[in-house]
Amino acid sequence: MTAEPASPTVPFGDHVARAHARGSLVVQPRMGMSRPDRMRAGLRATRGAAASTVGTITVDSYTRTGDTAAARRAVARGLALNGYPITVHQPAVTRQVLRGIADDGFPVQVRHGSARPEEIVAALLAAGLDATEGGPVSYCLPYSRVPLNVAVAAWERGCALLAEAQRTGARPHLETFGGCMMGQLCPPGLLIALSVLEALFFRQHGLRSVSLSYAQQANARQDEESVIALSRLAAALLPDVQWHIVVYAHMGMYPLTPGGARLLLREAARLAVRTGAARLIVKTTAEAHRIPTVAENVTALETAASAAGAASRASSARASAPPPVGSRPVEALPAGSPTAGSPAAEAPDTGIHAEASALIDAVLDLDPDIGRALVTAFARGYLDVPFCLHPDNAGRTRSGLDADGRLYWSAAGAMPLPARPERGSPPILGSDGLMAALSYVQRTFDRRARTESARHPRDPRITQTTDRGEHQT
Amino acid sequence: MELGKAERVGLDVVVSTMASDAHTWNLVFLQLLLEELGHRVTNLGACVPDTELVAECRRLAPDLIVLSSVNGHGFIDAQRVIPGLRACPELLRTRVVIGGKLGITGTDDGSVARTLRAAGFDEVFEEHASADELRSFVRALSAAVPV
Repeated sequence: MTAEPASPTVPFGDHVARAHARGSLVVQPRMGMSRPDRMRAGLRATRGAAASTVGTITVDSYTRTGDTAAARRAVARGLALNGYPITVHQPAVTRQVLRGIADDGFPVQVRHGSARPEEIVAALLAAGLDATEGGPVSYCLPYSRVPLNVAVAAWERGCALLAEAQRTGARPHLETFGGCMMGQLCPPGLLIALSVLEALFFRQHGLRSVSLSYAQQANARQDEESVIALSRLAAALLPDVQWHIVVYAHMGMYPLTPGGARLLLREAARLAVRTGAARLIVKTTAEAHRIPTVAENVTALETAASAAGAASRASSARASAPPPVGSRPVEALPAGSPTAGSPAAEAPDTGIHAEASALIDAVLDLDPDIGRALVTAFARGYLDVPFCLHPDNAGRTRSGLDADGRLYWSAAGAMPLPARPERGSPPILGSDGLMAALSYVQRTFDRRARTESARHPRDPRITQTTDRGEHQT
Repeated sequence: MELGKAERVGLDVVVSTMASDAHTWNLVFLQLLLEELGHRVTNLGACVPDTELVAECRRLAPDLIVLSSVNGHGFIDAQRVIPGLRACPELLRTRVVIGGKLGITGTDDGSVARTLRAAGFDEVFEEHASADELRSFVRALSAAVPV
């Protein structure tokens, strides 16, 4: 199928680069409703938030797994899905959802999680959209049972559809999900390597505007070092495409208390600002309990933007030179490069960059075709994701979490990692050990919120126990 | 912890989610928990299609099938899956339980569990259920299953 000529929207990558040059962190929700009117209302609310935002259409799980028939049945029966069934609703319906929103300086990204993204990509292009995310590894191994080589071929076709749209003037943007593998408990060296390798895969298949993800883990200093390493590798390996870094607020078990959830989100915003990342995917105070409402998402966007603003002011007050504030034309900036922000991070080098580099080099040495290289790398265990059940993952690695929340490899399997002193540290043991590791961030931030609320009993930012908004129905 | 004799022999358990659900930490956790109780676990992993779930359960003839879902579609998917399992003569009496976050709203008046029990599940462990409730259920089952 052919996409209509791109609508005169601001390309996603340009929009983020301009905000970054102005010193604004772009914040973005996860959001998807099955009903078009609710989806439209959610996008409008995102756009109206007091923050620099981009919109999200999250696709539902039936559509994601290619079961359009199940999605269609659910829509016909009026059942609420966990996202927007973009291949069920006609392109004209989706265009109506976007009318006056996405065609007016407000880019919208389609988030889907599909190992076989072609139909979703075709549907989003047909609706006039051109920004999406995922990757041949990150949407296959943890989230599907599709063989890796099948996912690689499907993602090649998905990339080709997006690249083709460039001919008609669109500036498609594709974000890697590789920096978020498993959501938690994957040591950062592997997250960074996968994020970079997926970006290289996108470039090899014709994309000219990409972003590289990294999900907040369990130790702020380790995360800072990781995002800086990701930026350095992106700058070195993606010299000829537009790119930026996107940080995800923690994707594992989220704090149960609203105070803990807000503290964790603010820490994610500070991480993004301190490391020069351009965009942040937020989480809400409802995260641990259910799919958030639109109002809860708006509150989270505004909380994150305000924390980012404060961190940005603090860092420019520290810096001797004023921060870049958009006086230079966007074109002059290597879009999204860390120099466009003003990274204030000074995290010590514990070897994360070297670890990610070693993995990337080992994979790229396998085959000039990055898709084939990825398949071979997993077959040989050069890339091996801990706790991942997929049959194409070797499953010989294990990770651990130290008392400060730093992730380490307790078993590296066949991965070609540089020697590190903590190798051989204890693995996560048993179901109780796993639950303790999975809930480390949740417990830490819930406890921190209790401590702060005891210290500042009248601070509404901490003691507020409910957010505005009713449950989504 | 003292394990009973039947528990030491152990049950054959299939741990699985359903077709639309990509989450696996819940499955990893359940596998460890069941193995610690002395049972043998086949973990089918993410996004298991209905046909594959039924085929694997027929092939393995387990003592217990543990379904887990946290993506919010569990309630819908479970009602579709259970008749398929119960339609197989060899799985008619197999214990089948389900747990997780089964809807998208996080609020429920008990009707989810009632509906799923009526549809053929032996037990429903909703979000607020603790791991100990599953342990107790499995201990009781393991004591009851002839070895």
